[in-house]
Amino acid sequence: MTLPASEAATDSGVEPKPKRLALVASKGTLDQAYPPLILATTAASLGWEVGIYFTFYGLDILHQDRFEKLRVASLANPAGPIKIPNLLGAVPGATAAATKVMKSWMKKASMPDLPEFIEMAQGLGVRFFACATTMGVMGVDESDLIEGCDIAGATAFLDFAADADVQLFV
Amino acid sequence: MTTQTDVPNTHETLDTSGLLCPLPVYKAGMVLGRLEPGQVLELICTDPGSLQDIPAMARQRGDTLVASEDLNGTQRFWIEKGTKQ
Repeated sequence: MTLPASEAATDSGVEPKPKRLALVASKGTLDQAYPPLILATTAASLGWEVGIYFTFYGLDILHQDRFEKLRVASLANPAGPIKIPNLLGAVPGATAAATKVMKSWMKKASMPDLPEFIEMAQGLGVRFFACATTMGVMGVDESDLIEGCDIAGATAFLDFAADADVQLFV
Repeated sequence: MTTQTDVPNTHETLDTSGLLCPLPVYKAGMVLGRLEPGQVLELICTDPGSLQDIPAMARQRGDTLVASEDLNGTQRFWIEKGTKQ
């Protein structure tokens, strides 16, 4: 039997501060969208405060028209789900095929799809920061994003991350 | 993992067989969230990662892992909800 790590802290009568996870999601491919959402939903399930900063291509994960259409790169991805010579990854249809295989793997393993993960994360109170600079650079409007995002610059995210126990860049 | 036959009264059982991380912890967190402190969740897992994940979950959430067993790839954990949440 293991005593909870928080036991010692709570003996003083002071309410322990929840742990905090700050993630940066910078990739806009389907495979790279999962890790930040898996980490976020896990940490939130442990009672941690969680915020994800979606920046550059990662912002597509919050984009209403794009988040259900994220794809797996077939070119320059030797670990990708279809085993073909790398250069053939450029052939039309290869990206679609790699994406289809990845989605079928996830389904077979009973893993939630991306929209479900986003719903789970939001349901657990995970904060979604949408990078304001990316929105400006890439011409993304607030109305393009899913509900419940905070539009923020790097400073606001760093303000959140400064008090985080774990910070990760994905 | 040690087997303990002295299993406390279970208030709820959650079977996550066939599910991978993060689903066992996500679903267990949902159930533990609505249990009262001191009540016990019996959690069934088949994800090999759960052997490490569930004790870690109990530590991080402030719950207590009161018993566990691992029989032929099916793990059972008895988790008592902590009072300081």
